[in-house]
Amino acid sequence: MSIIDLKGLLVPLGALKQIAKEPHTIKYPDQTKEISERYRGFHYNDLDLCIGCGNCSTICMNEAIDMVEVEDIEGKPGDSGLRPRIDYGRCCYCALCVDVCPSGSLSMTADFIKVSEDAFDFLMIPGKDNPGGKDKITFDASTDTSLNLFERVPMRELPPEERVQSFAEVFLGYTEEEARIEASRCITCGLCTENCPVHMHIPEYINAISRGDDEEAIRIIYDNNDLPEMCGKVCTRRCEDVCALQVRGEAVAIRWLKRYATERAENADMIRRIVNPEIREPNGIKVGIIGAGPAGLTAGYYLALKGYDITIYEAKSEPGGMIMYGIPKYRLPYDSIQKQVDYMKSIGVKIHFNTKVGKDISFDEIYNKHDAVFMGVGLQKGYTLGIEGEDAEGVWAAVDFLGLVNEGKRPDMGKRVVVVGGGDVSMDSSRVSRRLGAEVVQLYRRRIVDMPADDEEIEGALEEGVQIIEKAIPTRVIKDEKGRVKGMEYVRAELVPPEGGGRPRPVPIKGSETVIECDSIIAAIGQKADFGLLPEKVQNSLTFERGKIKVDDERRTGYPKLWAGGDAVKYGRVDAISAIADGFYAAESIDAYFMQVKA
Amino acid sequence: MIMKTTSERNKQTTLFIGPQHPGITGNMMVKLLVEGDTVVRAETHIGYLHRAFEKLIEQRNWLQSFTLLCRFCVPEPDPMELTYARAVEAIEGREVPPRAKYIRTIVAELARIQSFLLWYGGQAGSAGLYTLGQWTVGDRNYILDLFEDLTGARIYHMYIWPGGVRRDLPKGWADKTRRVLDYLEKRLDDYNRLLFDNAVFQKRAQGVGIIPKDKALEWGVTGPPLKGTGIGNDVRKDEPYCAYGELDFDIPVYEGGDVWARALVRRDEIKQSIRIIRQALDKMPGGSYYNRIPNPMKWRLPAGEAWVKTESVRGEIGFYVVSDGTEKPRRVHLRGAAYTHGISVLEKILPGQNIADVSFILNSLGACPPEMER
Ligand SMILES: Cc1cc2nc3c(=O)[nH]c(=O)nc-3n(C[C@H](O)[C@H](O)[C@H](O)COP(=O)(O)OP(=O)(O)OC[C@H]3O[C@@H](n4cnc5c(N)ncnc54)[C@H](O)[C@@H]3O)c2cc1C
Repeated sequence: MSIIDLKGLLVPLGALKQIAKEPHTIKYPDQTKEISERYRGFHYNDLDLCIGCGNCSTICMNEAIDMVEVEDIEGKPGDSGLRPRIDYGRCCYCALCVDVCPSGSLSMTADFIKVSEDAFDFLMIPGKDNPGGKDKITFDASTDTSLNLFERVPMRELPPEERVQSFAEVFLGYTEEEARIEASRCITCGLCTENCPVHMHIPEYINAISRGDDEEAIRIIYDNNDLPEMCGKVCTRRCEDVCALQVRGEAVAIRWLKRYATERAENADMIRRIVNPEIREPNGIKVGIIGAGPAGLTAGYYLALKGYDITIYEAKSEPGGMIMYGIPKYRLPYDSIQKQVDYMKSIGVKIHFNTKVGKDISFDEIYNKHDAVFMGVGLQKGYTLGIEGEDAEGVWAAVDFLGLVNEGKRPDMGKRVVVVGGGDVSMDSSRVSRRLGAEVVQLYRRRIVDMPADDEEIEGALEEGVQIIEKAIPTRVIKDEKGRVKGMEYVRAELVPPEGGGRPRPVPIKGSETVIECDSIIAAIGQKADFGLLPEKVQNSLTFERGKIKVDDERRTGYPKLWAGGDAVKYGRVDAISAIADGFYAAESIDAYFMQVKA
Repeated sequence: MIMKTTSERNKQTTLFIGPQHPGITGNMMVKLLVEGDTVVRAETHIGYLHRAFEKLIEQRNWLQSFTLLCRFCVPEPDPMELTYARAVEAIEGREVPPRAKYIRTIVAELARIQSFLLWYGGQAGSAGLYTLGQWTVGDRNYILDLFEDLTGARIYHMYIWPGGVRRDLPKGWADKTRRVLDYLEKRLDDYNRLLFDNAVFQKRAQGVGIIPKDKALEWGVTGPPLKGTGIGNDVRKDEPYCAYGELDFDIPVYEGGDVWARALVRRDEIKQSIRIIRQALDKMPGGSYYNRIPNPMKWRLPAGEAWVKTESVRGEIGFYVVSDGTEKPRRVHLRGAAYTHGISVLEKILPGQNIADVSFILNSLGACPPEMER
């Protein structure tokens, strides 16, 4: 044996000195491993924060996550009521589910040991089965680390100074690139669809837009909305209220995306070519429709597609109802409505304008001439303030004022206008008054944050120089000797929470009376329906609730073969998309009715 | 085929090493024709763990793919993530922030060290020296701890992804890493005493499993086996990626082409990796660690393709990625060093070797079956 070999045999013996060393291993369970702050162990889900969107389940390629019903958790708008259940036989702890969770409810914990002989024990509903996980969260996704894109592509708009110069459209619409980026933010959970009165196929058309297939998007959109360009501009967008991204960021701009897609169809012919709807053979059944507002138009369009012979009777000279006469043109231009109605006409919808039912033609005549009638007469009369001096010249109901302006007239409002109210109609009145050159002061009973109007409208009004006085209740209209408006007296209010709980009520503060000088006053405190067109025997067989007709789920009234929808019925909210939903479901119901009669 | 006389044939036996065999480096099998103790012919048989990764990835979107990709090879998931991410970035033209490049470099080198520590165990173990493996696998845990702190997981990190890395360095991580490196550096001497100074290992490794220098490139040898033949090719130097272009390090090269030379290369590579990580920690740029990708469910890459290679632990690995403009890859193909080393090179160098050296040689080549069957 050579020297080198001897060394080679002896040196390794040095290993013996390691015998005295502390081992690397730990003595479980006496000692536990120190878990790092980012450890990806079992999940924890904050069940209250979770909205059941299912994005975790969608990204999981191991199909380890199912969305299941959980005791004591009910679905509600913006929450499917389902919660993730994880199969730890499949989970690979990649934590993509955590990184795509829009609400931030899902996280992972320091726990990783579970021993059980029952395979089903490894199906766990995080949060429910491990409530203690809350205090052991190690891996979570902040808005910075999340894979969700929480920021919306901003919409370009005219600067306020320019806006008040004319009735030009304020919002300019997305460019193609902007639309593609915005559409790509959608996580396709469908919570929006649930909250849309007509359940538009939102994730599907957004997908189409993000793929670059705008025509497909248009086809999907027209499946259950015949006035989508209008909705794309002015919808109350309850879909966005419940968007999964809105929990921690900005909702997908669903409305603007719909606007983008529908505006690609530049005229009625293009809509017809793209949508290319299947129109059933005429079936000879005649349906009369009263009112060419969104409700009436929608019922007419979808019935026409089903082969019905449709005639709409409209009191005014233009179609659209409040979307034509109420909504100002800077939000919804005339041509946009015309284009959509022209398309409906091309499908076969006939409209008789300047035909007020109950005056130019009787309800009975329509009822007898048609096999069924749908009524969508809306709310045409404004509520009055109910205060002294209201009969003065220069006091307007908002709908009358806006109607006149929308017809192209420019009433002289004087130097200063006082608008009363806090809803969208009041915002429209204020902003239109600004465009007519008046200074505007708006009075509202509660605070700005309590206003039912869309935040975007409030912001727009403030930017355009509308002054809003909060907690102000009008008490008297002051007239001059000629009976013209000279000023408005109001009292300040304080908000008092009612005893039984609920929304604080404004209570006038004595002695706080103030007078503002003004030349016009616009009352924008709500509208009511006029059912004078209905003969007594019809009225008697209908049920009314708070001045509106009660209808069932299918929008049937209590009167045979009479359906109703829109603002004039007590069903959804008072907005265009609810009216569209009413028209849509009434059309389905009418069709089902005649299918049954035929069978 | 050469006809053999009956007597000749009777002298030869067929022997199977694997798929169940402690000396095999995973689920594969080497079919040997032996005469006495000597290997006459060797054939690598795979097919014991085919998981159709490449095909499965076609059904996943660009991000989902990466949770599968890292599983190509257990001892080194990170180079897989890194190479795939770089391929995706190449197709998309996505920039990676400098900080992410440095973090990636550190992760790739930590991955190299931990993989070599595992290799120590296998190489020594297949020579019947079991103590060293216990030490190195124990020490490897310190690196896994670092990974746990950084990524939340010990083995499958799923940390390097397109656009950068998934999370920023945690507080105190750099210091902890420095401490681990100092410790490991000292430990290398202990390892030396058990392996390189050991007569058993010297006798077993020297002159065994020789890859001829003049054939090495022709056979497609890369990584430590190539550097052990005296050829110092290394993607990190030849086509620098991440932060390698900005850091100082050497490529260890040894002559001989045998198991011994390959082992020395690996030993020295650990030192170089420590050197690289220290520099990267010192020079760590500020700023963002991540150039955010779009919503992964709707993320479409432009149509195109990329071939990107990386110096992994076992040698050169490359990803060929094809995008047809949709949310999912049209094709993801992995070409790893193990494919060459474990099949064609092994089959060429085994004849003439002793049966007892088969596992030993296999370990020195770094053959990882999942990388052969994708
Ligand atoms: C100023 C203003 C702004 C608004 N802004 C928005 C908004 O931004 N977003 C939104 O979603 N909604 C908005 N709305 C509400 C929306 O316009 C209505 O909810 C919607 O138009 C209701 O549709 P409808 O078909 O029920 O009724 P209407 O639109 O009111 O249509 C009823 C139609 O019936 C006709 N009619 C009534 N009586 C008779 C009769 N006897 N004979 C013949 N025809 C008759 C009317 O002339 C009218 O054309 C706004 C409303 C107003 C007033």
